[in-house]
Amino acid sequence: MSYEGLVAETVAFAGHNNDRGEAYYARPTRAGKFPGVVVIHHLPGWDEWIIEVVRKFAHHGYACISPHLYFRDGPGSPDDVGARVRAAGGVPDEQVVGDAKGAIAYLRAQPNANGKVGLIGFCSGGRHAYLCACRLPEIDAVVDCWGGNVIVDDKSLLNAKRPIAPIDLTENLRMPLLGLFGNDDQNPTADQVNRTEAVLKRLGKTYEFHRYDKAGHAFFNTTREAYRPEQAADGWSKVFAFYRKTLAA
Amino acid sequence: MCSYIVEKAHVSGSAKGANGWMRIDTANVYFDHPYHAPLDHALAIDFVCEADGARERVAVELSAASARELVSKIMVALAIGENAHAAA
Repeated sequence: MSYEGLVAETVAFAGHNNDRGEAYYARPTRAGKFPGVVVIHHLPGWDEWIIEVVRKFAHHGYACISPHLYFRDGPGSPDDVGARVRAAGGVPDEQVVGDAKGAIAYLRAQPNANGKVGLIGFCSGGRHAYLCACRLPEIDAVVDCWGGNVIVDDKSLLNAKRPIAPIDLTENLRMPLLGLFGNDDQNPTADQVNRTEAVLKRLGKTYEFHRYDKAGHAFFNTTREAYRPEQAADGWSKVFAFYRKTLAA
Repeated sequence: MCSYIVEKAHVSGSAKGANGWMRIDTANVYFDHPYHAPLDHALAIDFVCEADGARERVAVELSAASARELVSKIMVALAIGENAHAAA
């Protein structure tokens, strides 16, 4: 067996309100049709680990794109732009959903597309993934990796940019959802994960949740002390098994 | 976790960044995932000039322990320095 060849590049895509932004796109080089995956980055920004994740999906046979959700606040290095966005209180949910919709359309417009598109997000991007699952029925499968604030117990955290707790939109979720969580995480807590699952179950949604002991937040992230190799390896295997099942043409 | 919490300190002075010295009027302070430091959470400070549009920053990401060490040393340096200058 040989490894998948891939190409990776920064591309232009049309986001919310048709704003032109940048995204990182990687795809296998062999001829064929491939499922697509949109990767949603976390609050600190469009960082190198997220870019590695995009290449990982291409390595596993997916056409993958990660839109820079902060492109409107550039130019500048992604870390400086991320700091600007943080100081301004983050980006509006509505804009993130619009940018995700644009990234999905980008993947479906490529000649290599098999027509199926998944979406995955990490940390605040996990919350965005849950939100997109409830707002964008054109997605075929969604993975929420430890998205915090899906349940908002302190309503004072809701504001003009984040007006609705994603859990309150669960009725609209139409595609299979995979959730991965560390039992030592403080946001979401194990209790919040249980309550999210209870809502999904009560509403008859198609989902699978996996919880990991001795893992906290961001346990996939190889650049952090939080990295847990064994749990991350199992988590990645769950992600790829889920997408093999849900994104086949 | 990713938080949106940012404490803004109004400061007065200068900072030296990629494009040389600049005046600053704000320090954005937060404790969250760092961008560069290999830590789960870091105390980050971005020195910016909001009056000039805050397009540039001078940034640090510190471990919690080292941030506390820095705070204490700032207070010690201020106390010793102000005392010395008052006596001069």
